[in-house]
Amino acid sequence: MTQDAIRQRERRVGWWLITPALLVLLLVFAYPIGRAFWLSLFEQNLGTELTAEFNGLGNYARLFGDGRFWRSLWNTSVFTLVSIVLELVLGMAIALVLDKSFRGRGLVRTAALIPWALPTAVMGLAWAWIFNDQFGVVNDILGRIGLISEPITWLGDPFRAMLALIIADVWKTTPFIAIILLAGLQSISSDLYEAHSIDGANPVQSFFQITLPLLAPQILIALLFRFAQAFGIFDLVQVMTGGGPAGATEVVSIYIYATVRRYLDFGYGAALVVVTFLLLIIAVAIVGYLLSKTRINVTGER
Amino acid sequence: MTIAQQQTTENKSQIDWSRIGIWVGVVLILLFCLAPVLWQLLTSFKTNEAISAIPNIYFPTPNQLTTSHYTNLGWTFWRYVFNSGFVSIVSTMICLAIGAPAAYTLARLKIPGQSIILACVLIVSLFPYVLLFLGLLEIVKALNLGNNYIALIVPYTAINLPLTILVLRSFFQQLPKDLEDSAKVDGYNTVQMLLQIVLPMTIPALVTTGILTLIFAWNEFIFALTFITEENMLTIPVAVARIGGASAFEIPYGPIAAATVIGTFPLVVLVLFFQRRIVQGITAGAVKG
Amino acid sequence: MATLSLENLRKQFAPKVVPVKDITLTVKDGEFLTLLGPSGCGKSTLLRLIAGLETPTKGTVKVGEKNLNKVPPGDRDMAMVFQSYALYPHMTVAENIGASLKLRKTPTDEIKHRVGEVAHRLGIEHLLDRKPGQLSGGQRQRVALARALVRNPDVFLLDEPLSNLDALLREQVRADLKQLFRSQNKPVVYVTHDQTEAMTLSSKVAVLKDGVVQQLDSPDRIYTHPSNQFVAGFVGSPQMNLITLRCENNHAIMGDFKLKLPNLTRNPSKVVMGIRPEDLAVASSEDAQTIQGKVFLSEQLGREELISLNVHGSEDIVLRSLVPSDHDWEGDAITLMIPPHKTHWFDIETGERLNREDYSPPVDSVPATAQNRAE
Repeated sequence: MTQDAIRQRERRVGWWLITPALLVLLLVFAYPIGRAFWLSLFEQNLGTELTAEFNGLGNYARLFGDGRFWRSLWNTSVFTLVSIVLELVLGMAIALVLDKSFRGRGLVRTAALIPWALPTAVMGLAWAWIFNDQFGVVNDILGRIGLISEPITWLGDPFRAMLALIIADVWKTTPFIAIILLAGLQSISSDLYEAHSIDGANPVQSFFQITLPLLAPQILIALLFRFAQAFGIFDLVQVMTGGGPAGATEVVSIYIYATVRRYLDFGYGAALVVVTFLLLIIAVAIVGYLLSKTRINVTGER
Repeated sequence: MTIAQQQTTENKSQIDWSRIGIWVGVVLILLFCLAPVLWQLLTSFKTNEAISAIPNIYFPTPNQLTTSHYTNLGWTFWRYVFNSGFVSIVSTMICLAIGAPAAYTLARLKIPGQSIILACVLIVSLFPYVLLFLGLLEIVKALNLGNNYIALIVPYTAINLPLTILVLRSFFQQLPKDLEDSAKVDGYNTVQMLLQIVLPMTIPALVTTGILTLIFAWNEFIFALTFITEENMLTIPVAVARIGGASAFEIPYGPIAAATVIGTFPLVVLVLFFQRRIVQGITAGAVKG
Repeated sequence: MATLSLENLRKQFAPKVVPVKDITLTVKDGEFLTLLGPSGCGKSTLLRLIAGLETPTKGTVKVGEKNLNKVPPGDRDMAMVFQSYALYPHMTVAENIGASLKLRKTPTDEIKHRVGEVAHRLGIEHLLDRKPGQLSGGQRQRVALARALVRNPDVFLLDEPLSNLDALLREQVRADLKQLFRSQNKPVVYVTHDQTEAMTLSSKVAVLKDGVVQQLDSPDRIYTHPSNQFVAGFVGSPQMNLITLRCENNHAIMGDFKLKLPNLTRNPSKVVMGIRPEDLAVASSEDAQTIQGKVFLSEQLGREELISLNVHGSEDIVLRSLVPSDHDWEGDAITLMIPPHKTHWFDIETGERLNREDYSPPVDSVPATAQNRAE
């Protein structure tokens, strides 16, 4: 092992190079999560005059019986599920179109990136304006088509508020999925389609028998990223509905934020953070496991 | 739709349905992606009467147009633009400065536990920021960093590090290994090699990564909302949201729209100029990571 | 004066991956050692061990008396030319050549002077301000050479520096290389899989297979006295005829013919006979040892013709021979002479050479040319 002096020196330099980044990551990611685990064992709120009092798993017991938490979890799940399904379908459609060659394709791709690049919080206001009860363009268009006879409220109605949020989120994040799927599409050799069509397959069969299976890794990656983002959605809801009306769109993030910032219930907020973190990790682990399996499959096929 | 028609007249001998399908798709994509932005742009130039007209006005006459929403925003708004720009640029610089060496280590210098570090970096990039703000708020309070740029620069650097590391690592791995061997034989030590050989060759990758981190930092909301309360320290997203929440009864749609346009304009410019790089960065970070 | 010596060098990546097994050799000032072998024989790993880009699992690399095992590549005072040339794409040619001098804090004037000098010698002065991307393959190769030469190092290492050039250029650059390194009078280690390069350039050739040196000798000894069947088959084109024959009463039986075995180190029942196609000549009447066969294929090579024949009395023995291309041999019966002193005999099991040597094996220090005369 003494022979490896040169390599050891290299390794030491490697540690020096990576340490600053690791420290920042530890400070901003690991510390807050770890701190939340610790703090969740204490009661620290206005009742205790903001001093930390140990109460074991009391916060978790409270969380178990907290209807508002379960409701926010339900809202989050609905939002996540519906928006991701819509985004995958739409993203796939956009990717399929952008994969074709046509004049001005670069410009269309640029346009497709715009929603992704703009600040969610700012565009949330734009969407709130679009869904405005009185002057909103959605009501105007629906009225002109004749679907509604008089303006309806969007963000003030529990169901339609959720729908508006989902539409805004689909607009904002579909481009991300489209880009990832497009990269996958472009890596599929056209030989495969030609061979398949010589075998007598029509384009629809080709899509289901070649495109979708070969895109499986990209679909799962997009799913993984989008799941994590949708599950932690905050900006859009905060700006568009603030969780309302009457908690109909209150997602977990909004509830955590309100618990900490409005009710100053730090201990309970920490417990909420811990539970959300664990739920997320479990879901990510499942998707990650699926991902590692498909990667093997895909390389085996090729 | 005019484009689609042109296309069909070109091949008038037979109607090419797949071409028509593509062009219909293109038009729908453009509508879907751009309509909300264009509506906001239009609103920002309409007079208050035109904004609140029912039915909505899609093609305003000249006397229904105004630039007063922009002029009314005043100098304080440029202060927000500066704040956002400053915080984004500084955190991007720091992020590249500490992310590139880390990425190089993970790409080339075989340190023990690198696959664990890599897995952690990957997982960390999935964390919603709402899980972090509570712990960070405590630190900010303890160090009295509220309303200080540092309270934003450090978290922004951190949230962009995973992406920076993953993207740069995949670029470093694509460099021909001979060059680094050659540099070693020439007498470069690891740090010199990184600074004088590897980084100059990966400037395109640094630009790609820098643009992505710039966008993410500019758009960040929850940390800015939590750590910054002082009016003239606000960043764009929070400042715009505040205009929206300023008065409960009459929401100032015109000024909001104008603020939206100014606050998003730098990003639109970035996208227009660096479309290819952004796509490259997103795919390198997501697919290869 | 510097001597590069490798002692019992071994590199093991994994229990079953041992590209370099146990290699001991020395290269002196002015010696040009070529590591020759098929891909995967460990020649590139050996070069990287010498350069310090890999650390040995066992054994030492020395220059003079100094053990270099713990010295990083940059401090070894060795220059290396890479197969891909490895020019820094963001630096001009002049900066590329001067990079190593700059790192050693050489005064700017001196760098400029030395870069100019070496550029002049290689005829690339007019390219000094260009970037590598603007150069042709041959020009890049020269820049890579210049980068090595400018350092005036203790040892030169070259990793297939000609393999990325097209065939015509390669021949010319090969000749230039020979002159260039003769004037340097430093140890040179050159890696190639091309036997022509090995033959023309080297003063010594080490033929490698599976991480072991098969033969370390002067180029012509490698050719005329291959030490085993692998070397015999690997060196020489067209390839040497290698035929397994049965032995009987001090003779090897080839179809209807008997070839007298020389005084071998062992007398086995079967033996591998080797003879190069160019050593098989059309027999004239007074030749003692001849065989006959029927030509079933002839390949025109220009000056000569490569014919393949079945030896009479044995369908499966095929010999290939280079004969004058004065007429079409295909279908003819032909009588070939087998000159005993150009016939090689190898052990059927180990592949080792069985011919008894009529002189002692060469010592490293004796210049290759002197040895040839001695023969």
